[in-house]
Amino acid sequence: MTQDRYRFPHRHLLGIEGLYPPEILQILDLAESYVLLNRKGKTSRDLLRGRTMINLFFEDSTRTRTSFELAGKRLGADVLNMSVATSSVNKGETLLDTATTLNAMQCDLLVVRHDQSGAPALLARKVDAAVINAGDGTHEHPTQALLDALTIRRRKGRLDGLTIAICGDMLHSRVARSNIHLLTTLGNQVRLVGPPTLIAAEAERLGVTVCHDMRAGLAGADVVMMLRLQRERMAAGLVPSVREYFRFFGLDATKLHAAKPDAIVMHPGPMNRGVEIASEIADDPAVSVIADQVEMGVSVRMAVLDVLSRAGRNAP
Amino acid sequence: MRPEPQPALITGARVIDPASGHDTVADVWLRDGVIAGIGRNQGTPEGVLRIDGAGCVLCPGLVDMRVALGEPGHEYRETIATAARAAAAGGITTLAALPDSSPAIDGPALVHWLRTRGEETGSVTILPYAAATQGCAGEVLAEYGLLAEAGAVAFTDGARPIANARQMRLALAYARGFGRRIVQHPEYPGFSGAATEGALATRLGLPAVPAAAEAMLVARDLRLAQLTGGAVHFAHVSTAEALALIRAAKSGGLNVTCDTAPPYFDLNETAIGDFRTYAKLNPPLRAEPDREAVVTALADGTIDAIASDHQPRDADDKRLPFAQAAAGGTGLVTLLGITLAQVTGGNLTLMAALALLTSRPASLLGVEAGRLSPGAPADLCLFHAERAWRVVAGELPGKAQNTPFDGRALEGRVLGTWKAGRRVHA
Repeated sequence: MTQDRYRFPHRHLLGIEGLYPPEILQILDLAESYVLLNRKGKTSRDLLRGRTMINLFFEDSTRTRTSFELAGKRLGADVLNMSVATSSVNKGETLLDTATTLNAMQCDLLVVRHDQSGAPALLARKVDAAVINAGDGTHEHPTQALLDALTIRRRKGRLDGLTIAICGDMLHSRVARSNIHLLTTLGNQVRLVGPPTLIAAEAERLGVTVCHDMRAGLAGADVVMMLRLQRERMAAGLVPSVREYFRFFGLDATKLHAAKPDAIVMHPGPMNRGVEIASEIADDPAVSVIADQVEMGVSVRMAVLDVLSRAGRNAP
Repeated sequence: MRPEPQPALITGARVIDPASGHDTVADVWLRDGVIAGIGRNQGTPEGVLRIDGAGCVLCPGLVDMRVALGEPGHEYRETIATAARAAAAGGITTLAALPDSSPAIDGPALVHWLRTRGEETGSVTILPYAAATQGCAGEVLAEYGLLAEAGAVAFTDGARPIANARQMRLALAYARGFGRRIVQHPEYPGFSGAATEGALATRLGLPAVPAAAEAMLVARDLRLAQLTGGAVHFAHVSTAEALALIRAAKSGGLNVTCDTAPPYFDLNETAIGDFRTYAKLNPPLRAEPDREAVVTALADGTIDAIASDHQPRDADDKRLPFAQAAAGGTGLVTLLGITLAQVTGGNLTLMAALALLTSRPASLLGVEAGRLSPGAPADLCLFHAERAWRVVAGELPGKAQNTPFDGRALEGRVLGTWKAGRRVHA
């Protein structure tokens, strides 16, 4: 396995904010090696042998949970899935009671998805396991940003000096926040594109520019990252209708034309076709890297499990 | 297709173009629907209609930025055709129509329809406002992007205030993304009454709204405009307190504009006198110090436009006990005359008064109207500033007769109105 001289200095992965470039690049480099091993079907099943990894999901998720599960299993960990529907949380147990229970189970790696921002951080203060944030409220989704970064680097050959347009419902997006932190930390120019009702207050302070016109926002972009628009946003009155949203903020061939000719299109999934993205774009292998993103997801999560479990393994 | 209008030459009038500040006696050429030239002693070639404008003022056709049409939904009060006749008689060639009709103008097809209906009159351009919220019901944002593309100039719920603070915030933010204004009817929700609270309403025993209700909503919305960076416009501002807030916000650099309507600088609450329902307006007429404050704000530039706030009503809507009668007054025919009274009274220069009726509302709405310069559309108003007439309800052009100025003697009579070079009022 890769022998990094740089030791990952954090016990948990709660977010991208605060990570230094070498820490991010260490995970990406490691993930890169897992991509090759995964493709050859030659991953070591010994690395996490005898270790317990729990996927603690308070919010429904198929793809992220499956991706973590696969990553853990490929490294040989004992993987358990706990979802809210079957856990005692529904019976009134508090988050911290759950933490106590998990501690008693001698869990080594705890992957947490929660609908409240900061819930994984709260758990991290109370459990002995290494906590990995698999998405918390509208705060962060660090492994998504890492897999997006790996996808971009493999396609563009670099991960600095790029212009990246993140489009859509930034207000409610943890994916957007993690990506903003990661991409700006590595020296890329990030633009947020969306109606003012879907851009959080003082978003510029995160080091990005904000644009309300999609063509202007996409002009000269190397990467177009679409965000999911949930139907609840319509019900909450933030956007008047699907047809209006798609007309002005949905990605179709006409709008994509403003970006660079070799621009790639990304989406964290699941997609709403005809809402934020047209099928003609989503299904075009020349521009869409959405399938790559899913593949990179497993490798990135293996790399994260790897670096976070090194402390306990006395690895370099 | 209408036949091309005959080329015309209006001679010897005092030509005033508030957009450029141009004010001189000149001849004005109209050809192919546009102003072909402005100058002196150009002669009159064959086939050119010569109109003597000596002693008169020729200015751009008026731009009335707040008009309720009876159509669609209340055709018994007024149709677009009758409103167009009244507008032409008042020198108005462009009007912005409120969307709180029945149905509300909240879809792109309706905006397009309204624009087309204006074109069909041949005498007035209708600039549609679109609903700020679906159905003007105050609950769900309308499709501002699609509506703006169809030709909506701004968004408003008409005579209904956007009551909910969160909704107003969303409206301002969302409209900013499309470069449009939100036009607010500034009256804090929850109050209701037929007159302004005070000694007069107390004596008459009428349910009344405090004048402060206006400033309360203006204060809230100025904060929301600041929060969102959005552009807010307050309609028919009528109180000293609200004007002071707007004045301060403007000097603080906020993107805020406002208009007022003739009743609020020409009349005060005493006009309701012996329960005269034609003087029941929305907002209600105010006490004299508020009227004086409106006059001051017109002169110092705080107010950006004078709009008629034309609200057609049927006689039956008004033949009711005061509190039960419909609020609202007509204003198309009297817009110019009542404004000119401010010039006669020495409160406004003629140039400033005409700017409030033409170029300033046009630029506020972002439209190319209200200019009198070579190449501009030949939308013109010719009036005699001293010629007197009397406003008589029942004898006004158009259908709706519910004027609050019934019996008022006015100076300043419109002698001719041209739309795209065609004479639409004589």
